[in-house]
Amino acid sequence: MTSSALTDAANKTPEGIARRIRGLSDRTIAWIFVAPTIFLLLAVNIFPLIWTIRLSFTDFRVNRPNNEVEWVGLRNYQRILSDPDVWSTMQATAHFLIWTIVLQVLIGFTLAYLINKKFKGNDLWTTIIVFPMMLSPAVVGNFWTFLYQPQIGLFNYVVAFFTGADPASFSMIGDVNLAPWAIVIADTWMWTPFVMLICLAGLRSIPDSIYEAAECDRASKWRQFWTITIPMALPFLMLAVLFRGIENFKMFDLVVQLTGGGPGNTTTLTSIDLKREAFERWRTGYSSAYAVILFVTVFGLASIYVKALNKVKER
Amino acid sequence: MTGFIAGLLGLRRGPWEMLASALIAIGVVMLMQPFSLWLYSYSFIVTLVGTVMFIVVSHFRE
Repeated sequence: MTSSALTDAANKTPEGIARRIRGLSDRTIAWIFVAPTIFLLLAVNIFPLIWTIRLSFTDFRVNRPNNEVEWVGLRNYQRILSDPDVWSTMQATAHFLIWTIVLQVLIGFTLAYLINKKFKGNDLWTTIIVFPMMLSPAVVGNFWTFLYQPQIGLFNYVVAFFTGADPASFSMIGDVNLAPWAIVIADTWMWTPFVMLICLAGLRSIPDSIYEAAECDRASKWRQFWTITIPMALPFLMLAVLFRGIENFKMFDLVVQLTGGGPGNTTTLTSIDLKREAFERWRTGYSSAYAVILFVTVFGLASIYVKALNKVKER
Repeated sequence: MTGFIAGLLGLRRGPWEMLASALIAIGVVMLMQPFSLWLYSYSFIVTLVGTVMFIVVSHFRE
């Protein structure tokens, strides 16, 4: 704002308000502007977090609000951390997490590398590849449920085409061995474009002059890839891994829509299990402890992410 | 290695953040590994210590 505009604004301020503002320090005025945001942050984020931590030490059940709430100390945490069912849920999450990250990074980086080459229709291909990311997870879940249908699903027919197996002989979401892979494939299809975009940003940030210098030194394409492309794109790859790691740790909607956590508990991820404990079995204290464990884990990973982000900024 | 230990003793941010990050990573691996229920049981405390340590040491000087 220019000084004349500021003077105009000052002149238009009613005298009563102007007199009151003149008596305030810059620091107080700054606090007045920031206070609503801080209040909202406290009300929406901090208070529920503190309340959840408090509830995690009780046997509170939200469907029995009139029952006396007993302080149980660390019992909820002990139960969760010695429960083999929760442990297997963590393993299902780990399987999902590791494979989605590996596949998304490999495919995403390859796509970014190809898209980064100048060719005709480059922008069109980028738009087509990015399309799955724009869809709602619920829509993607529903969509892949149809693709995985043994009788009419396109996926089974594609697999049958390459392997010669009968399309109706296997069910991706009905088989305990295949269902964990079914959710990995759907998530990879949806979120690889995101990884590709981050990698593309990394590849485009590498100056051409470095490659030109390598050409002058007669470095082969293979050597350029391993000594220039990978090291310079690595921070972006790390960011992509951390982004997807944190997001997939909390994955809920896509998997619920696709498999509902089944067959059995093979695709029950932690977020699905947590929702069941909280809103189907109504064990609020127990599920609060569960949420705190997941929160600390995600917060820890996010801390590493922030550190990696700062390193990228320093480059 | 000597520099790392000297950094820890001198309360420098870099080595302490590295240690905290390692604890968080070990805790997450312990939480999700399929081999030992005992490791799973102690995963949360390791992650919690790492996370709290990370918050504290991020205020140390460079």
